[in-house]
Amino acid sequence: MRVGVVTFPGTLDDQDAARALRLAGAEAVPLWHADHDLKGVDAVFLPGGFSYGDYLRCGAISRFAPLMTELVPAAQAGLPVLGTCNGFQILCEAHLLPGALVRNAGLHYVCRDQRVRVDNASTAWTTDFTQGQEITLPVKHGEGRYVADAETLAELEASGRVVFRYAGSNPNGSLNDIAGITNEAGNVVGLMPHPEHAVEELTGAPGVDGRGFFSSIVRKLVNA
Amino acid sequence: MPTSAASVDTVKRAGQTPDERMPFAELGMKQDEYDRVVAILGRRPTGSELAIYSVMWSEHCSYKSSKVHLRQFGTKAPKSEALLVGMGENAGVVDIGDGWAATFKIESHNHPSYVEPHQGAATGVGGIVRDIMSMGARPVAVMDSLRFGGLDQGDTRRVLPGVVEGISHYGNCLGLPNIGGEVVFDPCYIGNPLVNALCVGLLRKDQIKLATAPGPGNKVILFGARTGADGIGGASVLASATFEDESQAKRPAVQVGDPFMEKLLIECCLELYQADVVVGIQDLGAAGVSCATTELAAKGTGGMTVDLNLVPLRDPTLRPEEILMSESQERMMAVVTPGDIDAFLAICEKWDVPATVIGEVTDTGRLVMTWDGEVIVDIPPGTAADEGPVYERPFHEPLGQHDLNLDTPDSLERPSDLRTTLLQLIASANLSSREWVTSQYDRYVRGNTVLAQPADAGLLRVSEVMPGAEETTRGIALATDGNGRYAKLDPYAGAQLALSEAYRNVAVTGATPLAVTNCLNFGSPEDPEVMWQFAEAVRGLADACKTLGVPVTGGNVSFYNQTGSAAINPTPVVGVLGVIDDVAKRVRSGFPEAGLRVVLLGATYDEFGGSEWAHVAHGHLGGLPPRVNLEAERDLAAVLAEASKQGLLEGSHDLSDGGLAIALAEACLAQGVGVTVSLPGDDAFVDLFSESAARALVCLKPEHFEALTDLCARLDVPCYGLGETGGDSLVVEGVLEATVAELRMSHEATLPGVFG
Repeated sequence: MRVGVVTFPGTLDDQDAARALRLAGAEAVPLWHADHDLKGVDAVFLPGGFSYGDYLRCGAISRFAPLMTELVPAAQAGLPVLGTCNGFQILCEAHLLPGALVRNAGLHYVCRDQRVRVDNASTAWTTDFTQGQEITLPVKHGEGRYVADAETLAELEASGRVVFRYAGSNPNGSLNDIAGITNEAGNVVGLMPHPEHAVEELTGAPGVDGRGFFSSIVRKLVNA
Repeated sequence: MPTSAASVDTVKRAGQTPDERMPFAELGMKQDEYDRVVAILGRRPTGSELAIYSVMWSEHCSYKSSKVHLRQFGTKAPKSEALLVGMGENAGVVDIGDGWAATFKIESHNHPSYVEPHQGAATGVGGIVRDIMSMGARPVAVMDSLRFGGLDQGDTRRVLPGVVEGISHYGNCLGLPNIGGEVVFDPCYIGNPLVNALCVGLLRKDQIKLATAPGPGNKVILFGARTGADGIGGASVLASATFEDESQAKRPAVQVGDPFMEKLLIECCLELYQADVVVGIQDLGAAGVSCATTELAAKGTGGMTVDLNLVPLRDPTLRPEEILMSESQERMMAVVTPGDIDAFLAICEKWDVPATVIGEVTDTGRLVMTWDGEVIVDIPPGTAADEGPVYERPFHEPLGQHDLNLDTPDSLERPSDLRTTLLQLIASANLSSREWVTSQYDRYVRGNTVLAQPADAGLLRVSEVMPGAEETTRGIALATDGNGRYAKLDPYAGAQLALSEAYRNVAVTGATPLAVTNCLNFGSPEDPEVMWQFAEAVRGLADACKTLGVPVTGGNVSFYNQTGSAAINPTPVVGVLGVIDDVAKRVRSGFPEAGLRVVLLGATYDEFGGSEWAHVAHGHLGGLPPRVNLEAERDLAAVLAEASKQGLLEGSHDLSDGGLAIALAEACLAQGVGVTVSLPGDDAFVDLFSESAARALVCLKPEHFEALTDLCARLDVPCYGLGETGGDSLVVEGVLEATVAELRMSHEATLPGVFG
């Protein structure tokens, strides 16, 4: 099981992403933004950070990276892709996921341990959770308020493509408390919280609720 | 100084016009200092040379007022096998075992943060991170020690949000977890906020890099951001001058940061180190190219040639004097052998970091710079870098000091309703929750954060810092502390108490304190009363470091923190780094669960001078601070380290501002677990609110109680069983009761109530 971890200039959570994958038994393969090469990986993780300094708009420059010109068609053809935080923003900018992430309603960057409800436990990255399960993951972002037009929202809701919702209080004013969504096929998932920071008892957020993401994809790839 | 684009003041011209008046005074230089430059050069300096000497001999760069005192950190330094690189380099380096080393330093960015809070604080973080990078380390975490005017003063609402946003934006973009620090409010800081930024880095012991330019023929490379007009004169104009009413006019002198470029620089530098293509390296901070070239040359073979026309510019109209003084951020200078130039430039290109060869190392003993082919600088670099003026400034005890010490808190009315006092203190400006600030910092990035605020100290796992490096079970702990009120009452004791608290904060995690960094924030050194505070604080800190066996590895002095004649409280901020052999044995902060025995370690005395209670309840500052007891601190730390090693402890918390009552309340708030205690002494007020040093609270499983008391008896540390965790209230039997929910409500409402 080889899962690519993409590094753009300004990516920050790539080391955490690779560690989380390794702990789940996958091989983490570094992918470089400037290469037209997915190195034959079985899935891809776009980690968080401030790619290109968030200049212009979060993710707006990264979507044009050479690697993305390979990743977009591969994802459209079914390659499992997970984007967290800046990775989610890049997936939206690349139109692999609908909608956009804008400045938090409170106008401040927010880092906190957040309750999150799993509303779709059948995507490539969430099968080891149960529908309605509440987990704790850290959020840490300044631009995490999910917005989309009414029609898109209705469609996401009707088709069960809202994968995660903030439980308790909403940290950023996201529409419908949306924390993460998936594409129609369920292979591309983006979310603002950080599962890779919740995989060890010793470090990061309290608990290990993030492990389910990585065990889910490993199980899927083993069974494939 | 000639200003037309056509004519530049050259060495040749300086020889031809020996009597031309040079604007040394405008650049912050005194007549006798200027005369010394003329004597060194045997002629008047050129404009560019004057630029170099004026910034290098500024208080900020030369430590001319503090040097004679700071020497004690060396002469009194305890023997430490851990010290690998001491003071004088960009940052000290200590051996933390298993082939690993840690480098850390704290530095002020006070004046810029008052003028432009966001950029001032942001570039403070950027600067200290580059210091750590230049030692060959990967920066792994930051902390910030912040002080602002009163919470109810209007300007605090301008300065604090800007400072926090600046730190948040810059630090978060760099991908460095922010694991602790302080936020303190006191009206004495209203025109002089203190922004002290700390960075810690990790490296393999054999990877240490130094700021030196050896080897004639080696090339000098400037890399990172291009040079612009920012911060010109910042070092001498901003850092050495007191604010009067000209702050608006000084705005352009604050530097503007680009954390994205800094992140690229970090990764680029680490790859350069990995490829082993760097002979010497120096970051560009205060005094920019002037500082980097003179220091590198002075510590290397001794000479260097630089073609200033080759410096990549963001603003092509910059004059050579301005290029030399520019404090544009995110720049580094490296010395590279000719054979490694291609490899060096290729790595920079991979990270989109501009890099330019601008000069060469020589053995002439002269730093020679040219502009349009003409020599504009020709100086012995050591005279600028190391041989600046040294002042023995006069000092004497402040006239009111004796009266201040006589005005003890003994006459203050003590409360009978201690529940109200607790709720008042837990909601006070300095003891309320700092979450409004700290939730704006990423504490998780890089995945090695074991403890972060509100824990007493930040704690990081060392393993997995660098992919492929040897595994280790070790962790490093870091804490910063300072108390301007204690230091005002007695600067000698105040500095020692700051060290004691940081030392204790590291110890409560289970780590053993190893080394010290400090940031000394004071008023004007030209005021003999301020200078006395400074001299006393340095003497106190040096003496205490010796007793505790923890050497000072570096730090920073910030003078001129005053508005008009009103100086800030003397504020020595001390950072302590410790090591824990097995990071999995760290002790968590607070009460993790019900059913644990709660034990107070250390002795309590009736000590309220400079206390949070006297400040909040009576607005009183007088008397003497709590007694310093370094032997007791050392014994307490030994008990905590041994207890953690034996796995006896489930939780811990240091006692400091607000005393036992606040420590109990914070320990309850950590996980929402209550506690019922009975007090050891016969005066509940003293037991609960005294700020005696050398004390900590621990909790443990009942079956470990005897092992702990045995350990305490062996090391002669007083130890009292207070009670047991559980329930949803803090209960002090026969004295007070407060639910954790109401404590939380009081604790968490204060800062959001002011800042939204």
